[in-house]
Amino acid sequence: MPLIPTFDFYQIFLQPWSTPQLVSWNLQIIIMGILVCWTCGLVGSFIVVRRMALMGDAISHGILPGLALAFIISGSLGIGAMFIGACLAGLACNFCIEWLHSNTKIREDAAMGLVFTSFFALGVTLISGHTGNIDLDPSCILYGEIGLVPLAEKVEMSGIFLGNRAIWVMGVVFMCIGTGTFIFYRQLLVSSFDITLAKSIGIPVKAVHICLMLALALATVASLEAVGVILVVAMFVFPSVTASFFFNRLLYVLLFSFPLGVLYTLGGFHLAHWLDCSIAGAIAVTATLLFIPACLLGPKGGVCSRFIKS
Amino acid sequence: MPVILRIWPCLVFLFTPLCSMVPTLDAKQVEMLEDDQVWGRVTRFFLLQDTSVQIVALGSALIGITCGLIGSYVVTRRLSLFGDTLSHAVLPGIAVGFIWAESKDNIALLIGATAAGFLGVSCLTFLQKYTHIRQDSALGIVLSGFYAVGICLLTRIQKMEFGSQSGLDSFLFGQASALSIEDLWGIGCTLLMVGLFILFAYKKLLITGFDHSFSRSIGIPADFLQYVLWLLLAFCVISSLQIIGVILASALLIIPAVTASLLVKRMHTYLLVSAALGAAAGLAGSFLSFLGQGMPTGPLIVLISTGIFISVLCLRPTNGLLTQWYFSRKNTLRIQRENTLKAVYQILESHNFQNQTIRTQELMSKRGVDIVHCEMEIQQLVRTGLVTQAPTVPSPSLPGQSTLSLTPKGWEYACKIVRNHRLWELYLTNEAKYAPDHVHEDAEKIEHVLGEDTIRQLERILSNPRKDPHGKLIPSLTDMEMGNIQNI
Repeated sequence: MPLIPTFDFYQIFLQPWSTPQLVSWNLQIIIMGILVCWTCGLVGSFIVVRRMALMGDAISHGILPGLALAFIISGSLGIGAMFIGACLAGLACNFCIEWLHSNTKIREDAAMGLVFTSFFALGVTLISGHTGNIDLDPSCILYGEIGLVPLAEKVEMSGIFLGNRAIWVMGVVFMCIGTGTFIFYRQLLVSSFDITLAKSIGIPVKAVHICLMLALALATVASLEAVGVILVVAMFVFPSVTASFFFNRLLYVLLFSFPLGVLYTLGGFHLAHWLDCSIAGAIAVTATLLFIPACLLGPKGGVCSRFIKS
Repeated sequence: MPVILRIWPCLVFLFTPLCSMVPTLDAKQVEMLEDDQVWGRVTRFFLLQDTSVQIVALGSALIGITCGLIGSYVVTRRLSLFGDTLSHAVLPGIAVGFIWAESKDNIALLIGATAAGFLGVSCLTFLQKYTHIRQDSALGIVLSGFYAVGICLLTRIQKMEFGSQSGLDSFLFGQASALSIEDLWGIGCTLLMVGLFILFAYKKLLITGFDHSFSRSIGIPADFLQYVLWLLLAFCVISSLQIIGVILASALLIIPAVTASLLVKRMHTYLLVSAALGAAAGLAGSFLSFLGQGMPTGPLIVLISTGIFISVLCLRPTNGLLTQWYFSRKNTLRIQRENTLKAVYQILESHNFQNQTIRTQELMSKRGVDIVHCEMEIQQLVRTGLVTQAPTVPSPSLPGQSTLSLTPKGWEYACKIVRNHRLWELYLTNEAKYAPDHVHEDAEKIEHVLGEDTIRQLERILSNPRKDPHGKLIPSLTDMEMGNIQNI
């Protein structure tokens, strides 16, 4: 079997949509992927503007001990316990980083590197020390498996089939974060760009920051099942950075991350079909592939436009 | 170069015991004992009889030293997350090396990883130099982009015919038990390169690290040194992958160095402490993972480093958390003691120093606290030998019925506090022109911190006063004999 299979248009683009069963299966994967991209893109735009792109990385590593402890205490892989454990661990990770950064002379990058690796190591040790046979597998959390989303249990209400549980959870998280961004857009915008101005016009900067961190933890935990720890970072960073080569205004960057999310998911899905590899990985590779031309040719600060100007 | 001369004996001191372990590696492997006794394992670890134990312990210690040394520069130059990015970026290189050699060939993996590391660094430099992307986003892009390619390749390899038994997963979390002699040589070579580089470029690295433009102006090839440092960092990350894995490789770089930065200030001691901490964490981690069989070595090494960091953060001499708590507690107790003594003095004064003793109840009402607190404060004074407590004759069993008398030491201390208080009140009214009824609160605070020299200065400025603004006596040095005050 060669490393790169031959490119067969029918096999890659049409075959996944050829029968109703395949369509309903693959559609769930696509919807999940798009929801993950949108949620992370929304939060990521603010994170990138605040120069905290790696905070997503840190928090996504830091939630592992929360997952492990939630499993050990509750004894099940139930979504509720996992969610609470992960959110608490994510916030604890964030708190530790900020405490170290503000109360000692340790710089922020070192504090971040120190805290998240420690949390992650604690998580791996807890998991491998406690059980060998559960499917809370560290490498599963790293890769994520969006291809297994259609296997999640179904939600039924009074006999009417409503759809997939994983998609519902992700959808609710997306709605929460989307509504929050819509309502508090002005506060988020001002406090991201000019803290002094934000304080002077009476925006509770600290509270906005904490809410954003909460949203970050929420988005990370919800996306984890689908795309895994590291690729969450890709979904945080790539949409807004790619958009920043086309637009200067944050609102357009935010809105542009929606079509980008659809592109990433569709491209990644078919790329994974072609290469027969991890779908989450392929989505992030697609994001990288789309970033490269944007970076080179983008009208706002792209390499070529800078070169022509100079 | 005096600095190098000062460092190298310490480096030799660090290396020698470890190097002396190498010949014993060839010793015949002791038969695996069928004991599950923890103690048996402990002795087996420390006797270093098993070849695998020797290799893992030596490897972890060496990688600890290497990462500690390089990590010092990583942390001081704010490259902490750079190391993290680099360790993720080598993943596609490892995968490509694997595909190329069609097996887990060390040389191929090393070449692939180095190439990928280089590519990652170049991408990072390119993004920062030629676009408006800020450092954190550029790191995030390189990290997740490279890692995504790596994940795709790895999942692809696992579906190819030679990939099923690849064991490439071990690169994500590390697998110290599979460490081979060749890996050990690789780690040793990296350590040698790092050691030599630091030895020969110590002073230049110091200057470039703290003042980049200055170092360029005096002709130091700052950029070249930076690239060599990056290259060594990549080597360091790659050689630590087998033990600690891609995800946690940056922890070994950051944590010992950050811990050392809490303890020392000078660069050469910083390097040594950081290397020693790294080695200690490596040894302890391999020991623990041997003790609890099946525990992963890499995460344990990281956890031990974190443990050391937390204990240093809490216990370091001047500004550790626990140390600070201890000192502030001590200070609070001293202030409380001094306030009680002052109250005793004031009660004695209100009786015109006619009595030698006061009753507990008087102290209670003067201090405005309940009996339990009052008793605690008295016990404090009794324990430090400032006051003696005697039960009153009529009803010794009732609480609050004991009498107190100051010891000579206690009397002197009480006079000193009252003197501080009243002198300061007088100073505020006479020199700073405060109204006499506004000076008490300020004096309440400052009486506890005025030193002997300041007091003498104040006395000189106020020309040895006898009365404070409220007309009360300021007990002077000569008045500190009890008789003197009674006579007045």
